[in-house]
Amino acid sequence: MSRRRPRDGGVPAPLLVPALLAVAFLVLPLAGLVVRAPWSELGPQLTRPGVGEALRLSLVSATLATLVSLLLGVPLAWVLARSQVRGRSVLRALVTVPLVLPPVVGGVALFLVLGRQGVIGRWLFETTGFSLPFTTAAVVVAETFVAMPFLVISVEGALRAADARFEDAAATLGADRWTTFRRVTLPLVAPGIAAGAVLCWARALGEFVATITFAGNFPGTTQTMPLAVYLALQRDPDAAIVLSLVLLAVSLATLLLLRGRWLGRGATA
Amino acid sequence: MSERPVHRAVSAAVAALVAVLVLAGCGAPRSGVGEGLAGTVTVFAAASLTEVFTELGEQLEDDHPGLDVQFNFAGSSALATQLTQGAPADVFASADTDQMDVVTNNGIVSTAPALFATNTLEIAVPAGNPGEITGLEDLADPDRTIALCAPEVPCGAAAEEVFDAAGLTAAPDTLEEDVRAALTKVTLGEVDAALVYATDVRAAGDAVQGIEFREAADVVNGYPICTLTDAPNPAGARAFAELVTSRAGREALAAAGFGAP
Repeated sequence: MSRRRPRDGGVPAPLLVPALLAVAFLVLPLAGLVVRAPWSELGPQLTRPGVGEALRLSLVSATLATLVSLLLGVPLAWVLARSQVRGRSVLRALVTVPLVLPPVVGGVALFLVLGRQGVIGRWLFETTGFSLPFTTAAVVVAETFVAMPFLVISVEGALRAADARFEDAAATLGADRWTTFRRVTLPLVAPGIAAGAVLCWARALGEFVATITFAGNFPGTTQTMPLAVYLALQRDPDAAIVLSLVLLAVSLATLLLLRGRWLGRGATA
Repeated sequence: MSERPVHRAVSAAVAALVAVLVLAGCGAPRSGVGEGLAGTVTVFAAASLTEVFTELGEQLEDDHPGLDVQFNFAGSSALATQLTQGAPADVFASADTDQMDVVTNNGIVSTAPALFATNTLEIAVPAGNPGEITGLEDLADPDRTIALCAPEVPCGAAAEEVFDAAGLTAAPDTLEEDVRAALTKVTLGEVDAALVYATDVRAAGDAVQGIEFREAADVVNGYPICTLTDAPNPAGARAFAELVTSRAGREALAAAGFGAP
């Protein structure tokens, strides 16, 4: 049988055309940024006070939000995919609410719980004098709230796709469920977790509305790059374009680096 | 806004219907001034104008059935950016002359901007004043939680001037993207005080108390309004701008706490 396999014949037209449209749709706005960028002003704009600070804050808070999401989100994904807890479908719908919730509603909702007049926040404020809003921790909280569902959904999908027979085999060989999770399940779905973490990090890095609502905007404490870009746009659109490109370049570089290092060629990043 | 095309279609249908009725001699526009006023008027206005402009818009719609007034309320700077990027609008009302200059310098203004109101800053505190704020110097206290507007928007620029005039260094915990965002933090009780416009304190009702301070009189924001060159509805644009600067407009603005220009 010497029939040509589809792979050799290139992409079929019904797939190629929409795929090209999708590429144009996703890439043209970025190209617009690059074309419109005031390249001659790049140096002065980059060395303006606050740019480095905002970038550092963005990277640190997005990374912390991703770590928190991993710590809490992977166990949640396991519960959703593997456990027999009743009402799992309701639980799944509930924890993915932040995906559809307008981030400004998310920001206000966080106030109502964690603000100093909020259900938990009031108690915290009255007993310790600590108030969460307008701190860097609030940035991490807002970003985690918005980004964790991306991780949970990715990891749950990976768990469902993974072959459960390996776990069954581990169990018949005497491993308890915790050991099975650590020694069998985690390595099995590691690429899925990595992909979810990347999605989560990217969403956290770009987070804007929930952050400015719940954490406010103050240089050095809560002003991340998206906030700096938004405020720059009010006065100096050129500066906003430069800042956007910086954020874009740094996030692209990070993702490419991670892909090469950890995710391997097969992973979806 | 996804519903605008629908509005447009509806307004166009209404306009067509009115035209048919007029041609058939079955009806005529109510007043002479309103002749031919129909369609949608899009007004870009500073966030602080939300209540009073909404009221004036309803008044204009009542006077001219067939006219639909749509608003885009936001920080003046954001609006100026949208306009210079080609956002379709008929009227622009800014909370300061700087942002109006941005638009004027772009050459998209059809009439010279007219000042129609002024506003001064006031300290807004949550009901009951939990932070025990008494004056501007309390907003320079790092131990209190304070919201100011970002210096990029008019209320933030005015706040900087006020603190300069008072010789104080402000101690804000957050620099909000527009005056209503700063006010929201007060309404929610999440900050001890914010510096907003006197009119915002009035608009917020019982949840917010206002504290006047001496230096506020030194920094008065002028509110200019203009119609735009590419206005899709020039007649409607003129009608709205005229209403705002008319006696009825002045009275509505005064009732909302604005000063005379």
